[in-house]
Amino acid sequence: MNNNLIQYIYGIADNSLILGQRLGELCGHGPSLETDIAMTNISLDLFGQVRSYFQYAAKLIGGDATEDTIAFLRKEREYKNVLLVEQPNQDFAYSIARQFLFDVYHLLVLEELQNSKDETLSAIAKKSIKEVSYHTRFSSDWIRRLGDGTEESHNRIQTAINDLWIFTDELFHQTDADKAMVTEGIGVDVTLLKSNYFKKVNEILEEATLQIPTIEYFQKGGKQGIHSEHMGYLLAQMQYMQLAYPNMNW
Amino acid sequence: MSEKEVKNLEAIFDARIARDEKIEPKDWMPEKYRQTHIRQISQHAHSEIVGMLPEGNWITRAPSLKRKVALLAKIQDEAGHGLYLYSACETLGVSREELYEQLHSGKAKYSSIFNYPTLTWADMGAIGWLVDGAAIINQVPLCSTSFGPYARAMVRVCKEESFHQRQGFQIMMTLAEGTPEQKEMAQDALNRWWWPALMMLGPLDAESVHTEQSMKWKLKRKSNDDLRQQFVDQTVPQAKMIGLTIPDPDLKWNEEKQSYDFGEMNWDEFWQVVKGHGPCNKERISARVNAWEKGKWVRDAAMAYAEKQANKEVKQAI
Repeated sequence: MNNNLIQYIYGIADNSLILGQRLGELCGHGPSLETDIAMTNISLDLFGQVRSYFQYAAKLIGGDATEDTIAFLRKEREYKNVLLVEQPNQDFAYSIARQFLFDVYHLLVLEELQNSKDETLSAIAKKSIKEVSYHTRFSSDWIRRLGDGTEESHNRIQTAINDLWIFTDELFHQTDADKAMVTEGIGVDVTLLKSNYFKKVNEILEEATLQIPTIEYFQKGGKQGIHSEHMGYLLAQMQYMQLAYPNMNW
Repeated sequence: MSEKEVKNLEAIFDARIARDEKIEPKDWMPEKYRQTHIRQISQHAHSEIVGMLPEGNWITRAPSLKRKVALLAKIQDEAGHGLYLYSACETLGVSREELYEQLHSGKAKYSSIFNYPTLTWADMGAIGWLVDGAAIINQVPLCSTSFGPYARAMVRVCKEESFHQRQGFQIMMTLAEGTPEQKEMAQDALNRWWWPALMMLGPLDAESVHTEQSMKWKLKRKSNDDLRQQFVDQTVPQAKMIGLTIPDPDLKWNEEKQSYDFGEMNWDEFWQVVKGHGPCNKERISARVNAWEKGKWVRDAAMAYAEKQANKEVKQAI
């Protein structure tokens, strides 16, 4: 069993899992029917990707592992998503800012991952690129609308971007498993994506008449399984059925 | 227009409906036809949108990834139904904002079933199986209703609802075949949703105020009591198949009429919920009002941005 590969898959898939879960909270409560449908759809895409990744991981793990034991039955420290995606839905501006800051990164990762030597990961990446290109278009368009909309929307999205900016640096950190997978030609070297990421993000922020935050201190920890206080509550809901009714088919 | 001219138009209109021709938005129609359709189509749209809430309640807690994805997709379908039903309604000269206002103020109704709470995962199965099942029985005849945009919307709605119904039944079947705890969960959900589902098919014929006119306009093709009978006859064997018991001691096969006899519904409860005093009426409306009010700055921003872009284009053109 290639433990590095499994950890690497968690690192990628947990981002989609936790962000999908956050978006799922918004279903039925959006500012308009159209945005509601779009954000539910993004959640749906992300969970679809998660299923492919975890089905693959379950095969690698073997035994009784399934996509669901991996998704629902790990301890908090075993989830390897970045801190950004677990941040709560404070308002539409936060949800969009979180989405945008993740989408740009997600697309860059997938564009590299499609060249992975691992055929399964490459195939999942190819399929996901189509979806994530749409997510990026959706969130970028909303950054522009909110930034260059009204004074209120401008202020709200600026605040959200400022607050979430501290989580962007972590996107480019590498775990030991990441490094091992890069060496084997399976994983993506995220350190190489950083300048392109900020170039793309900054371009959209400028178009949206928003200030690019300048801060010195960033937060990290998610990739090592050290999460924010929000994570426990998110997992409590997500894992509820599997923990209350163990070992059943649904 | 003189009274005689109006009468003449009405006669032509009635004849078109009798010939099963579709009435389109730009065609002449009696004011009452327009108002009745606005009422019914918007009520239907509101039901789709409010109906997202009790199911949305279980997205974050769905027990497996497969179920989570299916539930998200189902609720997204419902949002889609809402969207094109509101659009169909707008062709009759009323805006979506006005329709929302009617929902939020309590002037417009939506299906009362969504004022019941979803307490366990099995409720996702019961809603699909029973609530969507009853909705299909109500809606299939509408695929051939007289108003074109409504009839066309209903063709797609019914296809998707039928998929939801099978999906809900499949959730129930999985539970019923599962552990004793799961089976108990399924039975409990059936106990709570059975009677409200029967009530979805409307008041008894004797007490229904809209039936006669609606029949004439093909907005309704069967009476409430007939539809209810059809629902019972269709659903009872399904419950038997998966080993669940319909919570009605009076339920009995009637050999002579070749259908089931069933017990009396609790109409006091029906009217209590319809009049706004069900378990979740207040929560449902306040969730909708809240989403709308909290979303105002977002919609304003989108409008302001669109205007700025349009101005830029005009300037470029000059």
